[in-house]
Amino acid sequence: MTAVAGTADFVRAPAEIRRARILGIVYLLLATVVFLFFAVGTEGDVTFRLGDQPGDLDFTVSAQVLATFTAVVFAFLGGIQLTKGFGAKTNVVLAIAIGLFAFSFLGWAAAGKSLSLIGMLGTTVALAAPIAFGALSGVMCERVGVINIGIEGMLLTGAFTGAVVGTVMSPLFGILGAAIAGGLMALALAVLAIKYRVDQIIAGVVINIFALGLTSFLSSQFLVENASGLNNPGVLGPIRIPLLAEIPVLGRILFDQNIFIYVMYLLVAGMTYGLFKTRWGLQSRAVGEHPKAADTLGINVFRRRYINVFLGGLIAGFGGAYFTLGSVGAFNENMTAGRGFIGLAAMIFGRWHPVGALGAALVFGFADSLQVKLGILDTGIPSEFLLSAPYLVTIIVVAGVVGKARPPAADGQPYIKE
Amino acid sequence: MRNVTKRFPGVVANDSVDLTIESGEILGLLGENGAGKTTLMNILYGLYSADEGEILVDGAVTKFDDPGDAIAAGIGMVHQHFMLVPVFDVTENVVLGVEPTVGPVGTIDMTEARREVQEISTQYRLEIDPSATVEDLPVGIQQRIEIIKVLFRDAEIIVFDEPTAVLTPQEVEDFFGIINGLKESGKGIIFITHKLGEILEIADRIAVLRRGKVVGEVVPAEATEEQLAEMMVGRPVDLVVEKEDADPGEVVLSVTDLLVRDDRQHTAVDRVSFEVRSGEIVGVAGVQGNGQTELVEALTGLTVPLSGMIHLGGENVTLVSPRFMHRNSVAHVPEDRQRSGLILDFDVAENLVLNSYYDEPYSHGIRMDWDYAHQHADQLIDQYDIRTPSSTVKVSSLSGGNQQKLIVAREFSRDTKLIIASQPTRGIDVGSIEYVHARIVAERDAGAAVLIVSSELDEILALSDRILVMYRGRIVAEVTGGEATATELGLYMAGLST
Repeated sequence: MTAVAGTADFVRAPAEIRRARILGIVYLLLATVVFLFFAVGTEGDVTFRLGDQPGDLDFTVSAQVLATFTAVVFAFLGGIQLTKGFGAKTNVVLAIAIGLFAFSFLGWAAAGKSLSLIGMLGTTVALAAPIAFGALSGVMCERVGVINIGIEGMLLTGAFTGAVVGTVMSPLFGILGAAIAGGLMALALAVLAIKYRVDQIIAGVVINIFALGLTSFLSSQFLVENASGLNNPGVLGPIRIPLLAEIPVLGRILFDQNIFIYVMYLLVAGMTYGLFKTRWGLQSRAVGEHPKAADTLGINVFRRRYINVFLGGLIAGFGGAYFTLGSVGAFNENMTAGRGFIGLAAMIFGRWHPVGALGAALVFGFADSLQVKLGILDTGIPSEFLLSAPYLVTIIVVAGVVGKARPPAADGQPYIKE
Repeated sequence: MRNVTKRFPGVVANDSVDLTIESGEILGLLGENGAGKTTLMNILYGLYSADEGEILVDGAVTKFDDPGDAIAAGIGMVHQHFMLVPVFDVTENVVLGVEPTVGPVGTIDMTEARREVQEISTQYRLEIDPSATVEDLPVGIQQRIEIIKVLFRDAEIIVFDEPTAVLTPQEVEDFFGIINGLKESGKGIIFITHKLGEILEIADRIAVLRRGKVVGEVVPAEATEEQLAEMMVGRPVDLVVEKEDADPGEVVLSVTDLLVRDDRQHTAVDRVSFEVRSGEIVGVAGVQGNGQTELVEALTGLTVPLSGMIHLGGENVTLVSPRFMHRNSVAHVPEDRQRSGLILDFDVAENLVLNSYYDEPYSHGIRMDWDYAHQHADQLIDQYDIRTPSSTVKVSSLSGGNQQKLIVAREFSRDTKLIIASQPTRGIDVGSIEYVHARIVAERDAGAAVLIVSSELDEILALSDRILVMYRGRIVAEVTGGEATATELGLYMAGLST
């Protein structure tokens, strides 16, 4: 018999206290890192440009001062975190801290040069868009209890269809076609998941593999040979929104973008209102939380799931068109490069809420644009490492920052009506 | 309901059932677990469709394809397991499916909705906070929400499926007041239960269901509990458990200041201390969800307590694995036999060796001795009266009572120093209940220490030599078995008396 040593009482720290302690130590470590790497030995000023032209709205600071300031703030935060903690504000504080860290990092990387912050933030919004569409598609499906791992495939299908239809007909038809293509993929997922009760993860993976294989095959067979006739849709240009675009700084970042970005804003607002203020939303959420309860009240669980998963597919397909019609201007094999998966991470990080999902997508978009910027600044960090930055942020965020998010209770569970 | 028949593969759940209910009347529907009560009501509510027969409302034949049709015809149902969305608030749960809306996109008029809920709450004296979140409310209040839900849909016939199962005796009194009020306002009420005392107290008319058939209708004034029990089971039933006085020996299980948190990090067991001696049965009474589940999980090694100590026969077992407990003669009958007691897709023999397959003689090294396991199974099937065609049948096809007997056989057939049984007779037929109870008493008499956790007060009272009452994670009372009354325990269970 293996006896347990000792007879004294034992006490185990609850999860939240352990998490607070770990976070506190991380703050202190970061303070050291920032001080040693970004402050010690760094010389020169960095100029952050917030206007269109150099000199419009400049903000110059010594990189060393910025880094030292950051290190002090982090040490301070670490101290508070270890002693009394931030309680409910922990995540907000963490978000601000991460922003500050990014700033001092940029300061170090661009010491002695100037940096167009406004350009970077504009890029952030643009790079966040496909992630946000993926995340919104996920919110749409998971709120009714269907896990959609196939978002990546739906984005890719949308990108392909958008390019081809956009070239043959017109970009607007391209967008329409892309959305429908995404919707059809989602219907396939819905039939597998709802009617045949296939494991939803596997069904989603199948969709991804199918989409990747099909678009790559069609692209190499037809698009490569006939690029001008099939794969040359052109990019939809930015539209300046009168008045709103004149707001200093923010106007340039938010309201001088192409149509995809504006649809994204509308979608976030519309879905938030729809999910939380209308009967459609209440019933949808009920289906995702407790389908049997919804059924006993005469709500058709299957129909609601089919409709919402289809809507989610439309969103993902539309978001896919952004790659070809809103950004690159042509279809390349596997051009979505995992953005659909990052979208899923954004959905979880955003706690299945449209606004949260957008916020999370912006964090990932920022990591993405940081990587682009650092590539240009030539900091000596290997480019392979920089390319992995968005994925690295995804892992850190999902594993560490989110804590215990609670998904819809019936998420991923097929409903069986007796 | 006229001539309603419903067949499931292998069983006729309802066999030509005729049933009538009038407005302003309470019809008691009595039957054992598995007699077909719930199936019959699910047909009435449109969740199942009947193979034969028809349903008439106000004399007109109606057909319900889904619950929506039944609701439209004025039929409402309060399910045994509440159909509430835990993260929604009270009003959202009530209006779900029939939301008052304004504007073109179906915006829910929450102000109006809350006002209507408040109105019903006041009218029928069902006190409630329309904006409280459901998961924070106790079950008694959740039941009120279910009733308001039904009233909100203007139901004329209301079905209550085992409504008192989750209530304390005092809450049951309140609940009876509520349904009497509903009856006076002209609603027809169907009250489903297997509890004889309750049905005699509240019903105007009692229909007894056995094996899918209505075997008789009686008026409470002309019936006794014994008669009803006999009608329900089909043979005379002994309603009391025969047992001698306990002769407690040495302390087997000792729990000191045990603190356990649940998955959501809420304190579920709050510094609990008690002892169980060999040769005695200690019953833990309490309304479901007051920490009993977490207590049992901690005692059996399934969860790690936050602090405190558990000793088994003088040895500290606070942090050991479930297997360690099994190997040291601790038997565990888990509260949910289908989820944690059995592997439904495994056959009888496989399930019977789940706690011993890794030892001789069931396995030699890495090889299982299936021949031996089946021989062993045949022996236990005989000894513990498990009704199964053979030891190679999947346990999912066994009845609840036989599944439970299988678990009892698996756990009790080994050397037992301590028995921890959680809801040992939940949802099983009277015959099996008698059997399980007799077995538990026999194990006690053979010198085992027994800890019974049950939300059925009658079971606690019938079996226990000593009773502990749990309320909000604490043990609020300890009483001696023979001296306790249901009313007294009920006050403790509701936290009204300490």
